[in-house]
Amino acid sequence: MDEILKVQNLHSYYGKSHILFGVEFSVNKGETFCLMGRNGAGKTTTFKSIVMLVPPKVGKVLLNGREINGLKPYQAARLGLGLVPEDRRIFGDLSVKDNLLLGTSSERKGYWDLAKIYTYFPILLEYQDQLGGNLSGGEQQMLTIARTLMGNPDILLLDEPTEGLSPVMVKVLKDLVLKLKELGTTILLSEQNIKFCMAVADRLVIIDKGHIVYEADVETFRADEDIKKKYLAV
Amino acid sequence: MSFDVLISQFLGGLSVAMLLFLVASGLTLIFGVAKVFNFAHGSFYMLGAYFSFQAINLFNNFWIGALAGAIGAGLIGMVLEICFIRRISGREEEGAFQILLTYAFILIIDDGVKFIWGPAYKTISKPESLAGALTVGPVTIPTYNLFIILLGLVIVVTAWYVLSRTRMGKIIQAASTDTQMVGMLGVNVSLVMSLLFGVATAMGGLAGAMAAPLRTIAPGTGVEIIIDSLIVVVIGGLGNFWGALFAAILIGEVNAFGILWLPQWASLLSFAVMIVVLIFKSKGLFTREQGRKKI
Repeated sequence: MDEILKVQNLHSYYGKSHILFGVEFSVNKGETFCLMGRNGAGKTTTFKSIVMLVPPKVGKVLLNGREINGLKPYQAARLGLGLVPEDRRIFGDLSVKDNLLLGTSSERKGYWDLAKIYTYFPILLEYQDQLGGNLSGGEQQMLTIARTLMGNPDILLLDEPTEGLSPVMVKVLKDLVLKLKELGTTILLSEQNIKFCMAVADRLVIIDKGHIVYEADVETFRADEDIKKKYLAV
Repeated sequence: MSFDVLISQFLGGLSVAMLLFLVASGLTLIFGVAKVFNFAHGSFYMLGAYFSFQAINLFNNFWIGALAGAIGAGLIGMVLEICFIRRISGREEEGAFQILLTYAFILIIDDGVKFIWGPAYKTISKPESLAGALTVGPVTIPTYNLFIILLGLVIVVTAWYVLSRTRMGKIIQAASTDTQMVGMLGVNVSLVMSLLFGVATAMGGLAGAMAAPLRTIAPGTGVEIIIDSLIVVVIGGLGNFWGALFAAILIGEVNAFGILWLPQWASLLSFAVMIVVLIFKSKGLFTREQGRKKI
């Protein structure tokens, strides 16, 4: 299997606080890989370290076999990392269409263009001239995913996409992720929603207090009630 | 008061306003997008005047002087951004560092100017083609002032076009709300910031070069213009480009008519306008609630 993303022995810090302790996993081409964990377990820090927003002090991030440590976030994006941040961060003063067009800044060509996006996200076509800030939370989540797809990343990093969404929107999002899977998109997903993760993921790891404590394929995980209780129960 | 006096006073105020806008818009743009408060922005106005003086001495051509003023100030602006300002961005105490650093620029540039050109006042003359006056009916206006108004309008339209119609403009707008996200989409934000700094300081330099035939060129003029620009920027809303245009016109006209009607109070009027604005709208006239900025 082709490894798109490989994370080796990652140690990251916020100032002096040590947040990640030797995080390791790898994501293969075409699979949906889930990073599970409670709030504060280190999911977002892992994502920020991968895209070099919080550069790891120790350890390596390999994208398509190439070490990207030391690069700037924009360079990582140009090499094919597409982050969809948990707080969405759409540009509220720009139209939906302009938000999408900024997604092409990594200058990567591929499957996705404006026409394709509008077929998969008809709601964005309908609102293309509206300001991004006027969309609802769920619509903004769609926009932020679509905006990242416009950059044709080799791997899509979805950071807690279901957070704060209504059950109806979570269902829409699940269908979308499944469609993206069918298209062969490689996805790294972080979640604390067990059902969502089991519905879309192929493999997963659990992160707890900055350590990877469990790794399995989704079928093994489905049967393992103890592990769910131990690390993920609220 | 006769109509022709009002008109000529209005146009005089407008030409002052356009020069003020050239400086203030750069100041507000840098603040709105790069979150840098460039206290030394007025020094680029002064540098523009000196560069233009030097180029006119060398080439005996006003337009080469204006170009040299803009390009020279812009290049120095970019160098200072790349070598210094960029290094302090993202620090916890960034705000205080910015004031200290850019205040140091004021002192260094002022002394540098004295070192190179001496402390004495310099003057340059208007280009011959614009030295006369235009008479329309009872109103007589210096051609040079009309030219400055026209130039200001051209720059306003160009800025509108670039900011709202081009990809670079969209990037700048997006960066003013979330620089980091723009970077994660693959934009080299540092490069955009340097270019923005260059353009903003070049606009300041152009204003200095254009104002030089109307005022004197001297060390310290940068500090005078930064005070007026600050008033403009505060009235228009910090970081608000169009607010700066409106406020520059307001201050230009208040001064023009103030001198006519309340000559002994004229120098206080712009401060009075600022205070009134701040009492009723503490974030300036054009800043939307929740601190979101529209460029």
